[in-house]
Amino acid sequence: MAVSDVTTTSDTYAGSVRRWPITRLLEDERWLAFVLLLPTMVLLGLFIAYPFVKGVELSVTDAKVGVPGNFVGMQNFVVLLNDSIFRVAVWNTVVYTAVTTVFKLALGLWLALLLNRNFKGKALTRAFILLPFIIPTVLSTFAWKWMFDPTFSVINWTLFRLGLISSRINWLGDPNLALISVIVVNIWRGVPFYAISLLAGLQTINPELQDAAAIDGAKPWQRFWYVTWPLLLPVTLVVVLFSVIQTFADFQLVYVLTGGGPANATQLFATYAYQVGVGTGLLSQGAAISLAMFPVLLVVVIVQLLYIRRVETL
Amino acid sequence: MARVVIRDLNKTFDGVHAVKDVNLEINDKEFVVLVGPSGCGKTTTLRMVAGLESITSGQILIADKIVNELPPMDRDIAMVFQNYALYPHMNVYDNMAFGLKMRRFGRAEIDTRVKAAAEILGIQAQLQRKPRQLSGGQRQRVALGRAIVRHPKVFLFDEPLSNLDAKLRVQMRVEIKKIHARLGTTAIYVTHDQIEAMTLGDRVVVMRDGVVQQVGEPLELYNAPANRFVAGFIGSPAMNFATVTIAADADGLLWANNEGIHIKLPAEVASRLRKHVGENVTLGIRPEDLRVASSSDPADVAFDATVEVVEKLGSEILLDVKVGPSMMAAAVEPTVLAKVRDQLRLALNPDRLYFFDGPTQAAI
Repeated sequence: MAVSDVTTTSDTYAGSVRRWPITRLLEDERWLAFVLLLPTMVLLGLFIAYPFVKGVELSVTDAKVGVPGNFVGMQNFVVLLNDSIFRVAVWNTVVYTAVTTVFKLALGLWLALLLNRNFKGKALTRAFILLPFIIPTVLSTFAWKWMFDPTFSVINWTLFRLGLISSRINWLGDPNLALISVIVVNIWRGVPFYAISLLAGLQTINPELQDAAAIDGAKPWQRFWYVTWPLLLPVTLVVVLFSVIQTFADFQLVYVLTGGGPANATQLFATYAYQVGVGTGLLSQGAAISLAMFPVLLVVVIVQLLYIRRVETL
Repeated sequence: MARVVIRDLNKTFDGVHAVKDVNLEINDKEFVVLVGPSGCGKTTTLRMVAGLESITSGQILIADKIVNELPPMDRDIAMVFQNYALYPHMNVYDNMAFGLKMRRFGRAEIDTRVKAAAEILGIQAQLQRKPRQLSGGQRQRVALGRAIVRHPKVFLFDEPLSNLDAKLRVQMRVEIKKIHARLGTTAIYVTHDQIEAMTLGDRVVVMRDGVVQQVGEPLELYNAPANRFVAGFIGSPAMNFATVTIAADADGLLWANNEGIHIKLPAEVASRLRKHVGENVTLGIRPEDLRVASSSDPADVAFDATVEVVEKLGSEILLDVKVGPSMMAAAVEPTVLAKVRDQLRLALNPDRLYFFDGPTQAAI
């Protein structure tokens, strides 16, 4: 209805005033919408749709580096099911994502609540909090790599000086400690994003509500639980959604710290896909590993988006 | 009994002295209004009574108990905020019930109290709605309801009507007055609107720059303002002021003179002004005490004026006139036919003249 109304109007105009054909075309909302969407469509197509389709295409062939490959159906995925390293990578990714998300949310929320208070040097502190987030990941991860180095580790040195340990701890070389170490670095890097986003969310909450709740007899934790938290929930869910997607597909951090080792103890989806697809040249197999992440992420995204919509309409 | 006593109350924020030596005794069941321009310290005073702001020095007593160190929840007060401060994620019922839930009231008691308050305020039909589904007036009712259900010792109102449109404001003003008459709870009400102050308050406290200027019943403030500030703040349209020189003639009569005014002061006024002879003082005349002079008016209570603006309000006409070098407003009968640039002769009521000391601005 609306669209045809507009068309009629623009036709009337065209009769009375002389216009360039292109102007007339753009007065039609359907064409204007298309023109305005075009740049986005091109960018999304080039950088998201094309690689995705190419990945799907590769995953059903037996292509290797330099060999175009033939269609092999689901064979690559069948291979994955029997691949014990893949199963380890799946488990590691789930643990890595779950543990880091819980800690990042808890610490980020705590920091946000602290930063939301009034104190001297508030602006400076807020800026400092962002540091781990704005330093390029590879750079900061290298710093961590030195801190975890068995010989030069500043952590070992401190613990040794404090008399807490008597021998060196091989943070990244020990299969049990390696995943924990990687998780610690991810939390360190991820907390600022949570803190700043949640702080922004906190600042949209009317401070009078805190006064009202205090007068209503709510103790500080009750004010948080009954007033602040429900109002912060929509922001929190969006932040967690972004973070889960990012963490699930994390690559740089693990690649720099351990490369997936020792003995695949820190192997994640992304590092394993890279190792197989690029490292060994089995492009099709690597593509299949990457795509195996897709259904899981899709479910996470759908569930969270539905939940966010529900919370927002409450 | 819920008397509120404020003794030598002071508040400084980062070196700004916002409230200075405020002393006030509010009796049980009394409705006291704190009024003044923005930044006069009225809201800060209220927030100190509520416990939302710390006290720099002085004492606050509620029901004869010092509450300086008590958190808001232990002061047994309820507050209505300017922006309603309703919990946006809770429906009307839960908003009103929240304070009772926090104080561990039973479900049945909560239900009775919320429904009773909803009935008083006429919001029974909105109990399941969210605040954003309500109009401004309804939200303000919910905010009132939240205060009522608690049966507190003292109600605190922080400019509760300033977000409503003019018509609704008048309506809610009447409503608040009725509720107070019905519940009889001690109330402290902050506003910058002197009409709200005059209509609601049993007593009105006028504040300026953190200092109490005058405390009194509404008509006391209107009829006997303590200083020029109170005189100008209370009453609408505001009182006219002109600088005059007090002169004594050969018969010992006193006159107030300036370039446009030459009026004889009645004996009662003259006795107070005798020691100011030869000095400049501020003369105050309320617009409603001016009228168009008739032939029977003696010359020594009238002066010439030039009309500059005519505002027809229906019940009266407001004239902005030029008298000598200064401007004055006069509220005259609606039948007066005055046009811009007309020359008029205005008469005043010599018994309703106000004089303020030149340097101190205190009433003489």
